[in-house]
Amino acid sequence: MADTPVLRLAQVRKSYNLGTPIEVEVLHGIDLTLARGEFAALIGPSGSGKSTLLNIVGLLERPTSGVVELDGQTVHGDDEASVTALRGRSLGFVFQFHHLIPAFTAVENVMMPRIIGAGRADAAMRAEALALLERMGLREHAHKPPRALSGGQQQRVAIARALVRRPPLVLADEPTGNLDTKSADEAFALMREFNRNQAVAFLLVTHDPRLASRCDRVIELLDGRVVSA
Amino acid sequence: MVALRFLREGRMQTALILAGISAGVAVSIFLAALIAGLQSSIIVRTLGTQAHVVMRPPEERTRTVLEPSGAAARTVQTRAQRLRSIDQWQAMIPLIEAVPGVVAVSPMASGPAFAVRGDASKSVALLGVDTARFLRIVRMADYMVQGRFALQGTDAVIGLDLAKDLGLALGDKLRIRSAEDRDEVVTVTGIFDVGARDLNRRWVFIAIKLAQNLLDLAGGVSNIDIRVDRLFEAEAIARRIEGRTGALAESWMQTNAQLLAALSNQTLTNRLIRGFVVLIVALGIASVLVVSVVQKSREIGILRAMGASRRAILGVFLLQGAILGALGAGLGALGGLALARAFARVFRNPDGTVLFRPEVTVELVAGTAAVALAVGVLAAAIPARRAASLDPVEAIRHG
Ligand SMILES: Nc1ncnc2c1ncn2[C@@H]1O[C@H](COP(=O)(O)OP(=O)(O)OP(=O)(O)O)[C@@H](O)[C@H]1O
Ligand SMILES: [Mg+2]
Repeated sequence: MADTPVLRLAQVRKSYNLGTPIEVEVLHGIDLTLARGEFAALIGPSGSGKSTLLNIVGLLERPTSGVVELDGQTVHGDDEASVTALRGRSLGFVFQFHHLIPAFTAVENVMMPRIIGAGRADAAMRAEALALLERMGLREHAHKPPRALSGGQQQRVAIARALVRRPPLVLADEPTGNLDTKSADEAFALMREFNRNQAVAFLLVTHDPRLASRCDRVIELLDGRVVSA
Repeated sequence: MVALRFLREGRMQTALILAGISAGVAVSIFLAALIAGLQSSIIVRTLGTQAHVVMRPPEERTRTVLEPSGAAARTVQTRAQRLRSIDQWQAMIPLIEAVPGVVAVSPMASGPAFAVRGDASKSVALLGVDTARFLRIVRMADYMVQGRFALQGTDAVIGLDLAKDLGLALGDKLRIRSAEDRDEVVTVTGIFDVGARDLNRRWVFIAIKLAQNLLDLAGGVSNIDIRVDRLFEAEAIARRIEGRTGALAESWMQTNAQLLAALSNQTLTNRLIRGFVVLIVALGIASVLVVSVVQKSREIGILRAMGASRRAILGVFLLQGAILGALGAGLGALGGLALARAFARVFRNPDGTVLFRPEVTVELVAGTAAVALAVGVLAAAIPARRAASLDPVEAIRHG
């Protein structure tokens, strides 16, 4: 396992049929490999297809053609249940808008992926989630509902949630896009720390050249093509 | 857990719809109990003093006789004739008793007569019965206001109104004269009140032997009363009895066809109302959950991205429906019981006795609750499917 890449894309194409005979191809044959523990930025102008690519990697969308290999496993889009299971097991998500669930406290939000994975909650999960929040510097906020937290704190909770199942790959779509510079730096630093300490690979969409420059690798997308990787 | 939290989060909506479901369930239970109570009170009132099945001798009905020429039909009237007895009635009793569903059989010698005291004379119906057997048909003991219902020798049990009309008290003597011009002096040993003035005035119970003599039946009986265990199977049992004995048997359902029609109308109305209640409850739950699915589409998308299967999402919303249904059923059952209690307390006969008691049975409450639960889940099915089929990308994109 250690030698297989965490992500491999081969000739991935995606086109949208806008309900008209016209098909718009958004991704034109993407080839991309991400090694284990790699911390990569995905940059490109607006509309270049970054989110689309991330959604395909995140198994939220199916490519029109091409191969997606995740954690050494080739994805077959037609089996909904196994795709869902693979997604839960090998991926963590951080979105631009934190997307915490308002009905639950911070620590419950962090536990959620594990509860979903196991089908039940237990004390160990709670302890682990609390430990994770502690490392995010949010120990005293663990039992507050999301709306009681600042944007930066919410995003850190979301990062903890993405990490709680120890996925080999975390996908982050403009995770700092909504934060002030200080909060953005904090959030970024936390992701970097987890990447270093636990060898979690990150694929991080960002518009911030400052943050991109601090990544191991920068992948640039232009009009649906990888122009530099 | 997720379902519960979602419900808690939408507290206002949850409370409102819960109130709606509870009210629906309460009304449904109350109404059913009310109608059941009303029906059984009507049935008790009508059938309390009536056998479920009565066997009579074959009547000579009005017949039409065709003349040999076939030209004209001549109607032959039933002749006024003396009382007829049921043939072979002694042999029939064990046959009838062997019919499944029959719980009591009581032969009776009955006919018209006059009750005479001094100058006063009243037309009465003489009912000659075997005490023990008849008590199993009509619970006369419940209706006795004085004395006992036990008939031996020349004992007689008469109704309250006849006693008043003739100025009779317990122990008083009374002359009975039959249409056959036989007469006998009897002693009043009991006075009853069956709640119907007409019967209180007309019924005179005496021992069957005495009645046979007075009515010139010579060991015969004029009818056989039968009680069955299931009221609404009386008709079927009557037919079975006819089949086995070859004699005529008439059920209360035939003699009270109108009552029966009224009862089934009530039942229908009841069903209709309850059907509407179910519909309203279902629409309420569905609408609340549809709104909830729209509001929560982003969270649903997140849950899916975190590895929640479609089925899990489906379950969350179905569970919400079930919780709403179950809670509503529970509260509604309590409400229904309270309504039924209040009804029994508020609506009374002029004399202060309970008009009738709504019948709240375990089956009724459990059945209604089960329906509410099922409706909750079913009503949740549409929004739940919608939630499950949400495209997570769509849901997440619109931050
Ligand atoms: N569901 C869809 N249907 C049709 N077209 C779509 C759909 N999703 C994305 N597109 C198109 O695909 C292209 C790439 O969109 P995408 O969201 O991947 O860009 P992006 O690089 O993430 O842009 P941004 O930096 O603004 O987030 C755009 O032209 C967009 O209009
Ligand atoms: Mg984007």
